[in-house]
Amino acid sequence: MGGVSGRANPSPVLLLLLVLTFPALAAVGRPEDRLADPVLESRAETIGRELRCMVCQNQSIEDSDADLARDLRRLVRERVAAGDSDAAVVDFIHDRYGDYVLLKPPFNAVTALLWAMPIIALGGGLIAIFARRRRSAAEPAPLTEAERRRLAELERDGAA
Amino acid sequence: MSETGKSRRWMLYAPLGLAAAAGAGFWVMLRGLQTGSYNPTGVPSALIGRTAPDFSLPPLDGADRPGLSAADLRGPLPGPVLVNFWASWCVPCVAEHPQLMRLSRDGVPVLGINYKDKTADALAFIRRRGDPFTRLGVDEPGRVAIDWGVYGVPESYLIDRQGIIRWRYAGPILAETLENELRPLLRRYA
Amino acid sequence: MIPELGHFALALACVLAIAQSVLPVVGAARRDARLMGTAVPFALGQLVAVGAAFLCLVWAYVVNDTTVVNVVANSHSAKPLIYKISGTWGNHEGSMLLWVLILSFCGAAVALFGRALPTALKARVIGVLGWIAVGFLLFILFTSNPFTRVWPPVPDGRGLNPVLQDPGLAMHPPTLYFGYVGYAVTFAFAIAALLEGRVDAAWGRWVRPWALGAWCFLSVGITMGSWWAYYELGWGGYWFWDPVENASLLPWLAGTALLHSAIVVEKRDTLKVWSVLLAILAFAMSLLGTFLVRSGVLNSVHAFANDPARGVFILALLMVYVAGAFALFAWRAPRLAPTGIFAPISREGALVLNNLLICSIAAVVLAGTLWPMFADILTGARISVGPPFFNSATAPLAIPLVIAMPIGAMMPWKRADLWAVLQRLWWAAVAALAIGFVTLAVAGYPVWPVLGMTLAAWLIFGAAADIADRIALFRRPGQAFRRALALPRAAWGAAIAHGAIGISLAGISGMGVATDTLVQLQAGQSTRLAGYEWRMDGVSDVTGPNYRARRATVTVLKDGSVVTVLTPERRTFIVDGQTTAEAAIHTNALRDLYAVLGEERGTAAVLRLHHNPFAPWIWFGGLAMAFGGMLSLSDRRMRVAAPAPKGATVPA
Repeated sequence: MGGVSGRANPSPVLLLLLVLTFPALAAVGRPEDRLADPVLESRAETIGRELRCMVCQNQSIEDSDADLARDLRRLVRERVAAGDSDAAVVDFIHDRYGDYVLLKPPFNAVTALLWAMPIIALGGGLIAIFARRRRSAAEPAPLTEAERRRLAELERDGAA
Repeated sequence: MSETGKSRRWMLYAPLGLAAAAGAGFWVMLRGLQTGSYNPTGVPSALIGRTAPDFSLPPLDGADRPGLSAADLRGPLPGPVLVNFWASWCVPCVAEHPQLMRLSRDGVPVLGINYKDKTADALAFIRRRGDPFTRLGVDEPGRVAIDWGVYGVPESYLIDRQGIIRWRYAGPILAETLENELRPLLRRYA
Repeated sequence: MIPELGHFALALACVLAIAQSVLPVVGAARRDARLMGTAVPFALGQLVAVGAAFLCLVWAYVVNDTTVVNVVANSHSAKPLIYKISGTWGNHEGSMLLWVLILSFCGAAVALFGRALPTALKARVIGVLGWIAVGFLLFILFTSNPFTRVWPPVPDGRGLNPVLQDPGLAMHPPTLYFGYVGYAVTFAFAIAALLEGRVDAAWGRWVRPWALGAWCFLSVGITMGSWWAYYELGWGGYWFWDPVENASLLPWLAGTALLHSAIVVEKRDTLKVWSVLLAILAFAMSLLGTFLVRSGVLNSVHAFANDPARGVFILALLMVYVAGAFALFAWRAPRLAPTGIFAPISREGALVLNNLLICSIAAVVLAGTLWPMFADILTGARISVGPPFFNSATAPLAIPLVIAMPIGAMMPWKRADLWAVLQRLWWAAVAALAIGFVTLAVAGYPVWPVLGMTLAAWLIFGAAADIADRIALFRRPGQAFRRALALPRAAWGAAIAHGAIGISLAGISGMGVATDTLVQLQAGQSTRLAGYEWRMDGVSDVTGPNYRARRATVTVLKDGSVVTVLTPERRTFIVDGQTTAEAAIHTNALRDLYAVLGEERGTAAVLRLHHNPFAPWIWFGGLAMAFGGMLSLSDRRMRVAAPAPKGATVPA
């Protein structure tokens, strides 16, 4: 059986390719890494959520138990406990790991287009709508009955 | 349909233009995936073009090599040096080791930083496989590695004579990487 | 033998699809009834052939045929039967086959249930679906053949990734694919309309049920994915703005816009060019998602590990279908004469606003998803775009959208009196503000949860006000019940779907004030969180069908009485040694108590405990949205999408 296509060997690469990759799982964290003061801890957590776990894929350092994520988590808590401001803590990490570590990209020449997207999209849409309205307004504004007749005419044109 | 003004015609082509631009971009990415110029998982270093961060690490007990501190990396240096983060528990470090040995035989100073390791394991590693390091600092807590922006071992940094970090390589320097990337850089910054 | 049959069936399906993509379309162009008539048998034949191929693959999985590479790589004899079956589509090849199966299913559905469709339109629609099928069948046959054999057979397979061994995830891909592929049908309608050079109210009536059906499936699929992330990934998170999540959100957004604009096409015979564009966009977004997930160009937790050759093939398909469709659009859209203008303050005006805001959100999500990749190739800069960006960039668009929703839904067509609408909504506004103040009093300072709760209440009460108004609940309460029964299901469906967004929003807001703690407890020790006492009673060994587990018993008490006993597990799968954390969740519909077991230290165990207010509302809202859509779909008027259209659309 199976003689027809039986010679195909699964190369290890192929088999590797078939495997779905999923995040580091079952990461629960360690109690001693947390700050005792709930206010500071929640501040640290908010900061941590803005920092990318470099060895993970699109996870923040708060959502991963990768070694590096854990180190950075502790570092953030150390800085927070030492009295650094939120911005100072983020700068500290940013300084070492670059823009890539920021889940909220800084506004600069590279990201200007990205940050402007809400305005570009909304503005573009509004311009298109007003352009259409102005053009339409130039036409006689037909009422329902007239519209229908016009449609019927157009359909006849189209069919002809 | 005559009533459709020219002003609107170009808008009808906008989706096509955007799709074509996106398609071209995707094609470049796919090409880059094969040639290595595009790598969605590669992470750049923030330290390129800067001097090494401030740090001071103790030597490895029993290794008979001095420790490493930022002062050893400040220019002017006699020639470019390679800073290598490694650990005995790191499997790719084993694959990288012969290249480090070769560099050290060729007279390139290789400065080691032993990352999150046990002294005995680290010693056993260099005793068994050879010690390429002219200096060897121990970063047991991994804090200095964070100052360097290291995200895994092995990781190597090339520092030029002025003490500026010129190149960072995340992952093992295999023979190919040594010949095709590191050697030209060593010649350039010599 | 069976895998060869499957391979053969796939090749046969490809041949049928080629015929299906040529003959009916040529027939429609030549007005040749005989050629157009071939559309139905081809579509049905394709379904039979692809169905046979799919069953062959399922069979290979069920009997654990280790001469098939795909089975070896993704299955194992010790897996429970359900995961052997679901493992069929838990990998790249199998999921592509499922995708094509659903596509041919939709093609057959158009063939069978589209009896009242104008013959030429139907032939073209089925023809376009054939084009899509050809592309993807060739893709499977040339780059992703699931029937490839290996000889000699391997003793046993490598097992399915344990996180995929989950009933929720077994159904997740089929549901999502029904959504994606549903947009292939609206896409086909759009292309057919462009080929024909005609879009009219009847077109809107055909497209809407498909857009609605696809939307319902996609809503359920996204909801399931989010729920799965919540209970399986063990971080208590439900949406990560991961590129692959965004890839499913984008067609949903475009489809939501299409759903609304198609109503305007149907009722007011306008917004036609725009609706055609949206129909193309919705499918373009589906294909984009397929490309991103399978080509390797992005960095995501969910991406299939991949192969650039496949990426090139999918990119080619993407370009042929999407760029081709846009080119056709640019060429033919001017023929779709713009008709009808309307007042900005009207139902149609509100729907335009809806489209504007939804599409702007989609543009932001698309930019956030793609820009890191494009910034890399254009400037060499590596940036990350994560939740903080998406939250802050979409909120300014989502807030006006939510505020406008109840108002727009109550506006009459053609010309509305904004003041009159607001008068009918005043009590909803007052109630929403009251809820906002209650949230402020209970939860305190956090701005976003308070705002979110207020808006959620506004949507829910706004939907209720809409229904109350339609059945004249306050004006003639006596007849309200009779009127409620007589109210078209579409009206109920719309109100439920709109209210459901409020429900989800309430859940999201509740998660904004979620609390958690990370503790190490000895047996018998307890901790306090959110007014509950959580007592760790001990950790024991458990044996599952293909895993071993450590199970903690956590008793949750409130005021001394037991609320629930949670049993979070840490499973180690025998085949591949991977571990997963199975969160234990107790819900009472108003909040979730959520426990995850971490490492054990001697006799103590590390536990992460969460109190998630309103969390289940997120997914309940998602399902309610789909329910509203289904209710709308079952409306008589929608089914009568069937009645023979005006003479004008019947080919001469």
